[in-house]
Amino acid sequence: MLRVDGLHTYYGRAHILADVSLDAAKGEIVVLLGRNGAGKSTTLKSIMGLVPAAQGSIRFLDREIAGLPSHEIARMGLGYVPEDRRVFAELTVMENLDVGRQGPRDAAPAWTPEKLFEIFPNLAEMRNRPGGRMSGGEQQMLTIARTLMGNPRAILLDEPSEGLAPVIVEQMARTIQALKAQGLTIVLSEQNLHFALLVADRAYIIEKGRIRYSGTMAALAADEAIRLQYLSV
Amino acid sequence: MSVLSVRGLRKSFGGVEAVAGVDFDVTAGEMLALIGPNGAGKTTCFNMLMGQLTPDSGTVSFDGADITGLPPRAIWRRGVGRTFQITATFASMTVAENVKTALMSHRGDLGRFFARATALHKDDAIALLDQVGMADQRDRACGVLAYGDLKRVELAVALANSPRLLLMDEPTAGMAPQERVALMELTRQLARARDIAVLFTEHDMDVVFGQADRVIVLNRGKLIAQGTPPEVRAHKAVRDVYLGAGTTSGGH
Amino acid sequence: MSALVVQFLNGLASASALFLVACGLSIIFGVSRIVNFAHGSFYMLGAYLAWTLTRGLGWVGYGPLGFWGGILIAALIVGLIGVLIELVLLRRIYQAPELFQLLATFGVVLVVQDLAMAIWGAQDLLGPRAPGLRGAFDVMGQRFPEYEMLLILIGPIVLGLLWLLFNRTRWGTLVRAATADREMVAALGVDQRKLFTSVFFVGTFLAALGGGLQLPREPVQLHMDMAIIADAFVVVVVGGMGSVGGAYLAALLIAQLQAFMLLVPDFEIAGLTISIARMTLIPSFLVMAVVLILRPYGLLGKAPSHARTQASVEPVVRATPPILAKLGFASVAAMILLPLIADEYGLMVATEILIFVLMAASLHFMMGPGGMASFGHAAYFGLGAYGAALAAKHFNAPMEAGLVAGPVLAALGGILFGWFCVRLSGVYLAMLTLAFAQIVWSIAFQWVAVTGGDNGVLGVWPSIGKTGFFYLSLAFAVIGVLLLRRAIYSPFGYALRGARDSALRADAIGIDVKRVQWAAFAIAASFAGSAGALFAYFKGSVFPTYAAIPKSVDALMMVLLGGVQTISGPLVGAIVYMGLHEQLVRVTELWRLVLGIAIIALVLAFPQGIAGFAAKRFAKEDGA
Repeated sequence: MLRVDGLHTYYGRAHILADVSLDAAKGEIVVLLGRNGAGKSTTLKSIMGLVPAAQGSIRFLDREIAGLPSHEIARMGLGYVPEDRRVFAELTVMENLDVGRQGPRDAAPAWTPEKLFEIFPNLAEMRNRPGGRMSGGEQQMLTIARTLMGNPRAILLDEPSEGLAPVIVEQMARTIQALKAQGLTIVLSEQNLHFALLVADRAYIIEKGRIRYSGTMAALAADEAIRLQYLSV
Repeated sequence: MSVLSVRGLRKSFGGVEAVAGVDFDVTAGEMLALIGPNGAGKTTCFNMLMGQLTPDSGTVSFDGADITGLPPRAIWRRGVGRTFQITATFASMTVAENVKTALMSHRGDLGRFFARATALHKDDAIALLDQVGMADQRDRACGVLAYGDLKRVELAVALANSPRLLLMDEPTAGMAPQERVALMELTRQLARARDIAVLFTEHDMDVVFGQADRVIVLNRGKLIAQGTPPEVRAHKAVRDVYLGAGTTSGGH
Repeated sequence: MSALVVQFLNGLASASALFLVACGLSIIFGVSRIVNFAHGSFYMLGAYLAWTLTRGLGWVGYGPLGFWGGILIAALIVGLIGVLIELVLLRRIYQAPELFQLLATFGVVLVVQDLAMAIWGAQDLLGPRAPGLRGAFDVMGQRFPEYEMLLILIGPIVLGLLWLLFNRTRWGTLVRAATADREMVAALGVDQRKLFTSVFFVGTFLAALGGGLQLPREPVQLHMDMAIIADAFVVVVVGGMGSVGGAYLAALLIAQLQAFMLLVPDFEIAGLTISIARMTLIPSFLVMAVVLILRPYGLLGKAPSHARTQASVEPVVRATPPILAKLGFASVAAMILLPLIADEYGLMVATEILIFVLMAASLHFMMGPGGMASFGHAAYFGLGAYGAALAAKHFNAPMEAGLVAGPVLAALGGILFGWFCVRLSGVYLAMLTLAFAQIVWSIAFQWVAVTGGDNGVLGVWPSIGKTGFFYLSLAFAVIGVLLLRRAIYSPFGYALRGARDSALRADAIGIDVKRVQWAAFAIAASFAGSAGALFAYFKGSVFPTYAAIPKSVDALMMVLLGGVQTISGPLVGAIVYMGLHEQLVRVTELWRLVLGIAIIALVLAFPQGIAGFAAKRFAKEDGA
């Protein structure tokens, strides 16, 4: 589904990503673990074309997407949910969803607001509320729903649990499991290992812009040395 | 004895009560954690304590004096330090210059147009940075520091006016788990040593239950529980609205 | 009573025209974050083209079709010109700092001015009257033209159509979303380039329509662009950036006040005749002052969300590298020796450059360490010049006194205007500075009894010879630059940079952000005033153009060309820009055209400024 090979990204002269490679198969949930500043967000942004990749190959559905503008990548069926939410504060819930709307796609679930409200029941009660007047947890749900309106085949999810109350994080985990059941491929970045263990199939650990470890979630859970070295848990 | 005393604090936005009558105290040398779901009113509460927002009603007293509605700079001058959820430092200055600027402000130097700032309060700045373990990075620009280091610089800046109270809004947001505990342990040592009262909000339950002396829980603008960490952790209402089953927060 | 009603109706009619222009500006800013200086040029082009087309379409008769068709087609053509400019110019600089975008659009202003002059000539052109609407209504015994009545209706109609467009179409939803967060819109699969281009078309179309509709009301002439842009900026700031409804409200308020001001009779204070009716910018000033005190982001505006603006991290200010210090000493030494080798013309050019070095340094102080961009620094230059000239003219003051009076007047202006400006930040602040500069200009231009109006103040000659004056200017420039530099390294300079880097943090460590910025504003104004006072004696005369927009842009060009990040940059910028300017005026009549193209080319080539470019090129690790 998605394959990244030898990705290098710079901010100015600072080398943020060095030789990052990863892949995600159809229907798989892959998590990118690492500290703040390790390069998780930059990896997702580079895949999405929001930050230019200096070098390397990014293939989505066997097509090279490195260098394409973001909107073309999104139109191929790759969704992106940013960290720190970024709902359109002035727009209502329905309008927010409308911005994300794209046509139906083969081999991907076709979402409508009504179907989304089944997964995100909170949103149904506030269709006409402006995004800026929702709580953090509700906004996070809205950004995911908004991305799903594009009927993506795969989505990139940047730190979905950051800054949310534990009880909301648990809800988020159930949501992601529900999306996986729909056959969606998900690449997410996380710092919360407990959360990652609940939802992900495989993990990559990134540190200082380099991938240091990759393996199944079960293997990582069993490998205390690795966890202590990179995640300090 | 209580350093900060909050009584009947209220604030509404567009008819919605964000903070609906909150009372609590913080005593010298104590670490008090304020927790609650997103949108519970924690940040609003904080901004009223520090003067960014004026409460609709209620009082905030610091060291027995009413500071309700004073601007942030006046509250700071009375001895309240603050760190922000998203670090706020001066990116165009070095680590040492950030601390020096706070020292210059504390000592009333900032109106001077012709003095050379380089020479002022150098040793004091280094001493403060030493306490937070940042002295060796003093000549680096704040704009290029790692996030965890930036948080330490903020702590040093907040200590520059020898505060009696520290307000920390989600001090460990965006940090790696081990860094979180380390930063708050450091804060706790400093608070004990200097008898500073510390009020902080936090989402990391390891930090809350490991570092706080007392915890208060806010939900929909009201305090629903307070007590020691074990008491709050066992509180039924707190589990329902906030903590959940503990599957994603390390069993808390 | 009837006079009041007619004035009220006049105000409504003027408000419509103002609204069309201002809301276009506001919409374009909302989505692209570009403050489009060229918006006034599109308004002017709309009027000129409509003038031509309403005649050129004579074959369909001079009837309604020819008239309305002409105006509409003109607006469509200008809209397409706007699209062309967006495609070839703006699209390349969306990532550049906003002031560079502003400069690029000012380049367009210069180009359009010379082209319009070449095509339509310098004389005023009288437009046709609207067919079928030549009559007048009887309003309480007074005649009120039918055409004005139509204009009154057009404002609310356009407002309603825009509301539908923005709130009832997906395009409108996307535009509002992009106004909040462009990157996110792109990540959701929306081609923002197409969105921007279409918004630019709508905005320019509205401006040109506003211009075309003016045809029956006033002659078409070459100063329309600058006249309307200042008003439009005021309307946008008062209404709230990006708010269409706010723009209408603000246009109403200002146009009404302007209309009623005309009824205020002249009066005398201390023997000076004051004619409120002629000072048409004063009401705008009053409205703006009141609104900004009560609602800093305009009537219907919202505080800009700082989270989503890409904060450009300014570099650390380090000690001057020895090589640069040596270079500085060498150039001062060379300047001291200059009179030995240069002829009179060379000396004059050098003197002028020195004066502008001081001007650029003062603007840099405010923009760089102060973080307050000014589109209207000429206000203080002009106040300095008038301070000196008026002291000489009315009080027979000697040059020494004039050189004090100038900066004092400029500082007073800085204190007054700065008080308002520091309440805002970023581009809002910059637009406000421009509005204040226009007020200074209009007072100089309209208060003929004191300033001599367009004829200026003549005979302000220095009491020393050309070589002496050169050394005087050198002393002012060197001392001025050193003083400003010293202030940057002082505790005050740290407070100022702190306030710029993070107002939140500055406030939380006891810094009174507004007061510090206010002080910096006044300091910058007084140094610009010294430059202005020197310039008055250098030229021997003072004119309103000293405080006009092009002078402000000159100063901005110098600072931005040199690079706002470095202290030495503006000095380099002043020298390069003045040299370029001087040569151009000498060799070609169409110097605006060439200068405009040069500005555009420079912005495209060096989006970080010349010194910034050099610094990046040669810099070693500086922690950045």
